[in-house]
Amino acid sequence: MPKLLSGAEIVFKALEDQKVEYIFGYPGGAVLPIYDELKNHKSIKHILARHEQGAGHSAEGYARSSGKPGVLLVTSGPGATNAVTALTDAYMDSIPLVCISGQVPTHLIGTDAFQECDTTGITRPCTKHNWLVKDVNDLSRILHLAFEVATTGRPGPVLVDIPKDIQFKKGKYKFFKNTLKKKLNGKATHKISNSELDKFIDLIKRSSKPIFYTGGGVINSGPEASKYLRELVSLTGFPITSTLQGLGAYPGDDPQFLGMLGMHGTYEANNAMHDCDLMINIGARFDDRITGKVDEFSPGSKKIHVDIDPSSIGKNIKVDLAIVSDVTSLLKSLIKRFKEKNKNFVNSNKQKTSKWWEQIGKWRGKKSLNFINSDKIIKPQHAVQRLYELTKSQDTFITTEVGQHQMWAAQHYKFNKPNRWMTSGGLGTMGYGLPAAIGVQIANPGKLVVDIAGEASVLMTMQEMSTAVQYRLPIKIFILNNEYMGMVRQWQELLHEKNYSESYTAALPDFVKLAESYGCVGIRAKTPNELDEKIKEMISVDRPVIFDCVVDKAENCFPMIPSGKPHNQMILGPEEEEEISDEGKVLV
Amino acid sequence: MAKSKSAYSVPGKIGKIERHIIVVWVDNEAGVLARIAGLFSGRGYNIESLAVAEVDKKKHISRITIVTEGTPQVIEQINLQLKKLVPVHKVADFKRGEKDILFRELAMFKILGNSKKLEKVKKICKRFNPVVLDKTNKSIVIQVTALRAEIDKLALDLKSLGLISTSRTGAVAMTKGSRIFN
Repeated sequence: MPKLLSGAEIVFKALEDQKVEYIFGYPGGAVLPIYDELKNHKSIKHILARHEQGAGHSAEGYARSSGKPGVLLVTSGPGATNAVTALTDAYMDSIPLVCISGQVPTHLIGTDAFQECDTTGITRPCTKHNWLVKDVNDLSRILHLAFEVATTGRPGPVLVDIPKDIQFKKGKYKFFKNTLKKKLNGKATHKISNSELDKFIDLIKRSSKPIFYTGGGVINSGPEASKYLRELVSLTGFPITSTLQGLGAYPGDDPQFLGMLGMHGTYEANNAMHDCDLMINIGARFDDRITGKVDEFSPGSKKIHVDIDPSSIGKNIKVDLAIVSDVTSLLKSLIKRFKEKNKNFVNSNKQKTSKWWEQIGKWRGKKSLNFINSDKIIKPQHAVQRLYELTKSQDTFITTEVGQHQMWAAQHYKFNKPNRWMTSGGLGTMGYGLPAAIGVQIANPGKLVVDIAGEASVLMTMQEMSTAVQYRLPIKIFILNNEYMGMVRQWQELLHEKNYSESYTAALPDFVKLAESYGCVGIRAKTPNELDEKIKEMISVDRPVIFDCVVDKAENCFPMIPSGKPHNQMILGPEEEEEISDEGKVLV
Repeated sequence: MAKSKSAYSVPGKIGKIERHIIVVWVDNEAGVLARIAGLFSGRGYNIESLAVAEVDKKKHISRITIVTEGTPQVIEQINLQLKKLVPVHKVADFKRGEKDILFRELAMFKILGNSKKLEKVKKICKRFNPVVLDKTNKSIVIQVTALRAEIDKLALDLKSLGLISTSRTGAVAMTKGSRIFN
């Protein structure tokens, strides 16, 4: 007869068998038996957050920068509800998370007990799946299944709710592998056929105005996918643009790269998307920030869509060739087949796409990311550019909060490797970047981790600086401080007759003193000529830093596709701010 | 602004609305119905009727029949989203009016009235496999099985004859001939 283990022991045994090294969490009454067991498992380190949302975003940062699932441990009731934002964020951005939550003892469930909530009910729509464990003998199976669901197919968060009595009860442990009968989201069930590949190649060969449009699926598929993507792009000689989540899959400074597309994407990327005759979507999902007005989205193009999630295909935009597949396996077989029959394609095809590149050159000539710099006041775009120039020589990881600073970071920081860029794209969670940076630094000790932040966002999870100090994580919080919720202010300026309703934060803390009170380093830059020196100082400090970069309060983020407009109607800068229609104003 | 109250992006052209019957085989475990219903409400799909019962006691498989309406694009999404749920084994989808598929709903009616009226009730129900489940000299409980529209019509006709209570199931479906859903 196998040795019986307590539920809490089973939890750690399962985590060990899943090779989990770090868990992010916060203790409480209903998870105490699990916390009690922590001391007996030296291979697993617990990172104590200051709020469960922070623990969740840290787990996300860990997952995104390491490619491994993030593990989160929270208590019942408020512990679980605080984790909901992070779970939803991970769900939207397809990040593998396993959240283990404590629950009140089985006999108290449904009695409105202290710190009871319907955790599986609340998290059902923001997880791929969740479980309430009612029998300790189910626990090991469920935990291993949880890891499998989180990491298979389109990754995402899962939650296992374990009542306190189950944590004490003794039961059998078994290591289950590949318990899913069907692979989720079509990953393994679909074999790529040669006829699909030939159609793909045929479309490539027939196109004279092609574009690659790639997204987070390339990153999620692993570093191999980026390698193959680079190979395919160089084999074809086609231009490529990327979504916010896909940045880094293709080198940001490569001449074939047109920059990010979408609402704040470059002029060349958006116009190329609109005018192309072939759109090759690899691992992106035709999100509304990308498509703008659906009816006028890229009207003349054939569209190929590669996605691991069958429900992503055809959801927003109809496509001509749909391939349900993991990006790596698709690109690998596509490149192999393409090379067999198309030697020296890039040169023989040059003529065919020369006009297209010429047109792209004209769009590029608009220099849509330009801004009017100043020598008196720091322009936020300038600050990001300087940060990029001063950090590009080392392997740097960037996280962001949400808002203008996030878009400036995406526009002006050029990523050359996957898993170096962690931003909340789908849910748009202010307060994401600081705790995410903690998770990134845990997964990448010794590397430079910078959270490009806004002062409003970062205050939402500022308490996590205390976590950074406790674990000696030298993360850099680079705040572009304009005293406004910048993106809200920008929309109010452009769409609401400059009625800056509640978007100004009076009584901001002194970030330098705040840093000192947390026991980290505070640095402030007020003028452009001291900026470089201060950034260098920030990089050289081997401690957590809060960098208060005082920037122009009135700067807007351009270029911009106003809501409700197609891709070829961008606003390039302040001189072009046209009237936005009433219909456009209701859109977000 | 009247066009759309909560526009997230400009609403595209709306396709033609079709009625479909979607059959889902699921593990009969706690919360599974909430998952299915939550998927529909969360994504703004419509459930017109729903019928659930366990059909395999050994494997604990339940069969859920959902009647829904939507554009072809929405119907496709419903199918694909359902297939992503962990406890879902398979999904079958039929357009209302497909020839090879049988649909039935069951209804129970309680009617109060004198024997003359009740005889009339039985007559009206004749075409719909009526079964008298209970009868007194003042009342009758009658069960019929028919299509949704037929039951709608019947209920309307019975109103004037003293219908006081109606209980209906959702539709269930099955293929004709030797073919089964897969």
